[in-house]
Amino acid sequence: MLMETDLKVSYWQRSTSAAPLAVFRILFGGLMFVGVVRFWLNGWIEKLYIEPQFFFSYYGFEWIKPLGSFTYFIFILCGISALLIALGYKYRMAIVVFFLSFTYIELMDKTTYLNHYYFVSLISFILIFLPANCFASLDVRSNPNIRFDRIPKWNIDCLKLMLGIVYFYAGLAKINSDWLIEAMPLKIWLPGGYDLPILGYWLQQAWVHYLLSWVGMLYDLSVPFLLLYATTRWYGYTLVVIFHVLTSLLFPIGMFPYLMIACTLIFFSPQVHLSLLSKFRLLRPASAKNINAVRTLHENSNSLYQKIKMGGFIVFFALQLAVPFRYLLYPDELFWTEEGFRFSWRVMLMEKAGATSFKVQDGNTDKRFYVENSDFLTSFQEKQMSFQPDFILEYAHHLEKHYRSLGYQNIEIYVDSFVALNGRPSKRYIDPTVDLTKVKESFKHKNWILPFDDEIKGL
Amino acid sequence: MKVQQALFILLTASIFYSCDSGGDDTSEDNFDRQAMLVNWADNIIIPAYQDYEEKLETLNQEANSFANTPTANQLVVLRESWMSAYKAWQWVAMFEIGRAETIGLQGYTNSYPVDVANMLANIESGNYNLELPSRRDQQGFGGLDYLINGLADSDTEIVARYADSNTAEAHQTYLTDLTSRLLSLTSDVLDDWQNGYRETFVNNDGSSATGAVNKLTNDYIFYFEKHLRASKVGVPAGVFSGTPDATDVEAYYSTSFSKALFKEALAASEAFFNGRHFGSGTLGSGFSDYLNYLNTIKEGPDLVEIINDQFSVIASTSDQLADSFSDQIKNDNTLMLNTYDELQTNVISFKIDMLQALNIKVDYVDADGD
Repeated sequence: MLMETDLKVSYWQRSTSAAPLAVFRILFGGLMFVGVVRFWLNGWIEKLYIEPQFFFSYYGFEWIKPLGSFTYFIFILCGISALLIALGYKYRMAIVVFFLSFTYIELMDKTTYLNHYYFVSLISFILIFLPANCFASLDVRSNPNIRFDRIPKWNIDCLKLMLGIVYFYAGLAKINSDWLIEAMPLKIWLPGGYDLPILGYWLQQAWVHYLLSWVGMLYDLSVPFLLLYATTRWYGYTLVVIFHVLTSLLFPIGMFPYLMIACTLIFFSPQVHLSLLSKFRLLRPASAKNINAVRTLHENSNSLYQKIKMGGFIVFFALQLAVPFRYLLYPDELFWTEEGFRFSWRVMLMEKAGATSFKVQDGNTDKRFYVENSDFLTSFQEKQMSFQPDFILEYAHHLEKHYRSLGYQNIEIYVDSFVALNGRPSKRYIDPTVDLTKVKESFKHKNWILPFDDEIKGL
Repeated sequence: MKVQQALFILLTASIFYSCDSGGDDTSEDNFDRQAMLVNWADNIIIPAYQDYEEKLETLNQEANSFANTPTANQLVVLRESWMSAYKAWQWVAMFEIGRAETIGLQGYTNSYPVDVANMLANIESGNYNLELPSRRDQQGFGGLDYLINGLADSDTEIVARYADSNTAEAHQTYLTDLTSRLLSLTSDVLDDWQNGYRETFVNNDGSSATGAVNKLTNDYIFYFEKHLRASKVGVPAGVFSGTPDATDVEAYYSTSFSKALFKEALAASEAFFNGRHFGSGTLGSGFSDYLNYLNTIKEGPDLVEIINDQFSVIASTSDQLADSFSDQIKNDNTLMLNTYDELQTNVISFKIDMLQALNIKVDYVDADGD
């Protein structure tokens, strides 16, 4: 009887155990705390946000800049709020502060853009709206009224969906001729691991490059589904662990593998999470055993707040599904122009490098000279700038401003840029006859990027 | 399921293989990086330093002889030994690694243009510490250039500075201080190579950013870009300022030696790329072999041929330059700019294509990747 009505209840009203979300919160907050401390101890705050004299902004977010030594304060906020998230103490405030501080940090300089930082921002944004502190948290201890053993099922599903999108889209992005037919860029990257014990020899073999390219693609596409179904879940999770440990051995990717290994636990059943929680003594016996005490969090689907929240989530995920395909709106090869490349789960997908120098020409005197990039940029910034058109343009505008302040008038700035992609020989990248001071940044196609003149088939 | 099986088979197979071969790292499929490092150290770097040190010893002797008997003849002999040591320097300048990096050999040996005002002040006061970084442009080959070629217009007047009782002692001391400092810096570096560093270098054949291949590759490219291309050609030709300045050339006071130095440096750079033994035509393991090996995996365009062809283009373009780069800049700077452009073409091949093929990051940045 109860079952029957339960099945008829709309998806949005179904409930499930709160344990998986609590475990997710604890691991996410804990790893983020470690991540911030690690970042600090590595001296990266200094190196990436204090030392550079110029920062590359995201279009529309030019107002977000490092704040000098106050930048450390943002990292302190970020670290403390991550710790509070793990503890589940003043959770709502902590997650909002974490989302804002972390996202601020990422927006300060796009030189450091990483897909997994974007992932962290998205997850923390989602977590703002989920009752992750209603179970196994300090908030519950101080206020038992907010304790719930069961929460709406969609609260957990939306995190699964987010993770599924990350993997599946990363897999889709690998369906291209460079990755599958040429085994590029693994053919370049893997032989570099020649000194790894056991693997070193195999990493030199072409068939291994092909195998891992295909395996990587199939893994990304299938892992969300393997995790979704109970029968394949343990296989899927074993793959997750092997894959991420392998990539952390081969590539310098920091915390990301551990973050994914932790986050994908959410696919497991409530029992697994309950036993995890009790193993680490994070459950009070009452909530685990006393059936009578089971409390279910019900959402009032008629309230305006709830309607806005649901609508917001639907729009959010629609955007997540659509945004990675925005590259279709641009002509020429995505890998070459990078128009629509970021925020699309194109992870470790290409080997691209450039050498780009800027020629400043005084329109009045015809005097011209090349800029020493190291006078303005750190080597990391110069490296990133050298093959990404939006960086090149922003830097050219910065140079224009700089030389104008030195009294030059009628400045023209031309660029001598060469880029190599996935083992192709380097070729000229930017039209050398275009004066970049006359070009404005926009979301339109940058027609001053020279054509790729080659084809990478696929998505 | 197939995925897991494939991965499982791969992992199992690799474990079996490694048990099987028991550390057999001379497999045909692997490029022997250690052999390349051995060739670099034993056949190129150490012999080049030995040759350079010998020539510095001669230079130091001749400087002392000249100080004792300042004659016009002895000045000519001193100049010859200076030129020969300066040329030998071009064959080691790119190896700013190990002890050379620690003590900043390049900066103290060959900073130019020199700071004449401060040099004269040093000579007059007799009070200077050449070990200070701020004194780098008051010593080395550039400093000697001024002392033996630039002090006065004629040889007679130059000799007079070292002979005239009012100025002799101060000038003699400064001259021999510079030659003995060049020698001691270099002996320090060579000693280190011969007493331990060679083994450290050769055994550091891993793929990490601090591995010897990685570091020396970055040093090599840095040298080609910043010293060969920029300091020797680009800066005096006004590439970075818009205003050519003939006084910025290497060995400015010697008037017609700058091209010879450039040619030595270019030849050294080309030889190292191809792994050619110092002082002979024998080819050993080097970048060219490594790139050819990697290309058997990648099957891309022949980068070695592209780079070597460009080395020839640079050589033939720079052949047209006057012996004196300062004259060339004053008379027809275009040829200087052409040479710069040809050098830049190889900078691009090195920095982009070669580093990409070798999977080495330029100026390794210690930060996370995706």
